[in-house]
Amino acid sequence: MLYDRILIKYGELSLKGRNKHTFLDTVLRTIKHKCINFQNLEYERFYDRLFIILNNEDPFEVIDRLQTVFGLHSFSLCTKCESNIESIKTLALDVVSTEIKNPTTFKVETNRAWKEIPKTSIEISQEIARHVLKNSPQLTVDVHKPEVTLKIDIRAEGTYIMTRDILGLGGLPVGTDGKGLLMMSGGIDSPVAGFLIQKRGVGLEVMHFASPPYTSDRSIQKVVDLTEKLTKYAPNSKIKLHIVPFTKLQKAIFDYCPKSYGITIMRRMMYRICEQYANSNNFPLIVNGENLGQVASQTMYSMYAINSVTSMPIIRPLVTMDKNEIIRIAEKIETYEISIRPFEDCCTIFVPENPVTKPDVHKCLEFEKNFDYEVLIKECLDNIETMEIVEGKAFNVVTEDSSCPINDLF
Amino acid sequence: MIYLDYTSTTPVREEVLESFVQTTKNFWGNPSSLHKFGLISEDLLKMARKQMKDLIDAKNYEVVFTSCATESNNLAIKGIAHRKGNNGKHLITSGVEHPSVYHTFESLREEGYDVTFLKVNKDGRIDLEELKNAIRKDTILVSLMFVNNEIGTIMPIIEVGKLLKKFPKITFHVDIVQALGKIPVKLDEMNIDLATISAHKIYGLKGSGALFVRKGIEIVSQQTGGSQEFNLRAGTVDVPSAVSLAKAMRLILNDLDKSYEYVTKLNNKVRTMLINYPEIIINSPVEQVSPYIINFSVKGVKSETFVHAFEPYEIYFSSKSACSSKISKPSRILKAIGLDDDLASNSVRISLSHLTTDIEIDELEKAFKEVINNLR
Ligand SMILES: Cc1ncc(COP(=O)(O)O)c(C=O)c1O
Repeated sequence: MLYDRILIKYGELSLKGRNKHTFLDTVLRTIKHKCINFQNLEYERFYDRLFIILNNEDPFEVIDRLQTVFGLHSFSLCTKCESNIESIKTLALDVVSTEIKNPTTFKVETNRAWKEIPKTSIEISQEIARHVLKNSPQLTVDVHKPEVTLKIDIRAEGTYIMTRDILGLGGLPVGTDGKGLLMMSGGIDSPVAGFLIQKRGVGLEVMHFASPPYTSDRSIQKVVDLTEKLTKYAPNSKIKLHIVPFTKLQKAIFDYCPKSYGITIMRRMMYRICEQYANSNNFPLIVNGENLGQVASQTMYSMYAINSVTSMPIIRPLVTMDKNEIIRIAEKIETYEISIRPFEDCCTIFVPENPVTKPDVHKCLEFEKNFDYEVLIKECLDNIETMEIVEGKAFNVVTEDSSCPINDLF
Repeated sequence: MIYLDYTSTTPVREEVLESFVQTTKNFWGNPSSLHKFGLISEDLLKMARKQMKDLIDAKNYEVVFTSCATESNNLAIKGIAHRKGNNGKHLITSGVEHPSVYHTFESLREEGYDVTFLKVNKDGRIDLEELKNAIRKDTILVSLMFVNNEIGTIMPIIEVGKLLKKFPKITFHVDIVQALGKIPVKLDEMNIDLATISAHKIYGLKGSGALFVRKGIEIVSQQTGGSQEFNLRAGTVDVPSAVSLAKAMRLILNDLDKSYEYVTKLNNKVRTMLINYPEIIINSPVEQVSPYIINFSVKGVKSETFVHAFEPYEIYFSSKSACSSKISKPSRILKAIGLDDDLASNSVRISLSHLTTDIEIDELEKAFKEVINNLR
């Protein structure tokens, strides 16, 4: 392998003034954690870039892992030589002849950060291009739309040569403190919302409302598997999943409130539970996959009626997106296939035929006086079951607590 | 007993049987049932599939459990032919395939498909150029075995995979029954779309096999009924078989390198012995061959006679492939590699295992001397 290192450029990180150090530390810690299985890697940290020295690890496998870290703008495979013209020429030709076999167009682009080299960047580009061309019959120059750009980065400590830029995930590194609470139903939307909010650097815990026996262990399995997909982007590859036993409260809603308000009041109760949990754990926000207009209960008015139970920010990353865009992301993060498994979640099971599209907050408050929901909410909170989901660990809800040792079977 | 017919079938491993028994006793629920007990079975099935996929670079595949390799081969070949018949009716295979492939293609030919049976050279290997030339606009399927079950030839599957990468419309099916656990197999890396395996060839149970299907490849189910196995194989799934197949696969692949090295030594020993007899001609090739299989002909002696002559010593090996060996016809495979009818009817196959001992081969040598002397 000609390439011996990966050059990583940070994304928006470079813009952050004072927090920069914290961000850089976080991102490096995350990268190291995600690449822990590549034991030979070494890290060279510079002001605005990071080099991963491969020491014979497979660069593409490493990049696969880097594609789980937010805050990285791009990766380039690169190789290094001394900062003098002759060495650069030799290495440039080496790179081109290993990397490019088929006829194509190219150009050379030089960045001269180290000014002691006695030529301008343009002169250097021309000289390298001439040398490469002379020895590579498969190439022609095209300075406007080249297929391949040979980048030469001349610095005091050495010169780096690279041919490709692979885009990273962008975003901001997911912090270790300051989490958001993600409401997850099991549908297509909530995992995508979880992915997108992680992209903005927000760590997650996940809350799911279960209504056994109306919902089954299969629904729990679904959220376990969905959460597992999100752990890929968590800095320590772990996410806590909380299962709220919701049956009693849900039944009370349907006993004491008009059917048409069922969904609205149910969502209000969910928000209350989330808010109380978030507050007692110092989480400043709630995240969910709500959209506008996808179903009758997701109108602006119902959003208002539901939202008015809390002053905590409710982040809805999907609110401006089309279903197709959402599905595309779900496929990319591999949650789509899980989400379409055909099990009832507690949102779909109690859906009335005609939910109100313009629920009225005062009416909600009136109906909620019909029963002592505070007690039921407390009961929900007191009986939350929490699991820690870890990336890559197959976790089976049912077999996990079976008496016969399952693993021996395999 | 000295069993030297491991290509026909293998004894079940203790741990594999135990896994079958425990699953049968404790988790006999139907994975399609809605209730929790059924869900346990579904979980086990899921775990079995995942383990199997991880073992042969098949992350992006589905595993369809079947009753045997024969069924998997039928499902793969007819499944593709029937799905893609409208795009083209040309199918390519070789003349040395297992009957479960060969006869399936013959039956498709009767349905109106156009089948090219590639010739093989004296080593039993197809020619890549010939394959390249056989490919047409309407070719929809290439099906080849990885390791020949009669003579052990390793087909150039890696090269074929590379070639077919340029023909994305052609599905590539490989019968890996005799390769699995014996030589390295990586489905995705080798560009294989469909792969057939059988449990009883890898120290698993009889009545259990599987077909690996690359995600996105569509095949038509060959039996109607429920929607089990991604709609590809109706019928309640046999979870204990699936679980124990996953275990059998793990165990045999665990020791692949060690067993290969060990069996290669045994193979050399057997070959060295065979060379001493002028009436014996070794039919297995010398290169690109599985060390687990040695096929040879004894001039002037019918293979049945030769096999029976070893029964008093309780030494068991095979004439032709076991499944079809009760019919006394010269082997199609040996004729395909250029043997005349006589030599092809005189062929026998010794197949080895990591279980075979040095002492067993010594016993074989002794018996050989006596048998050949008696037959001379
Ligand atoms: C290459 C090959 N394919 C398929 C089969 C059929 O296997 P099964 O007995 O599982 O149907 C065999 C067994 O003889 C074989 O050797």
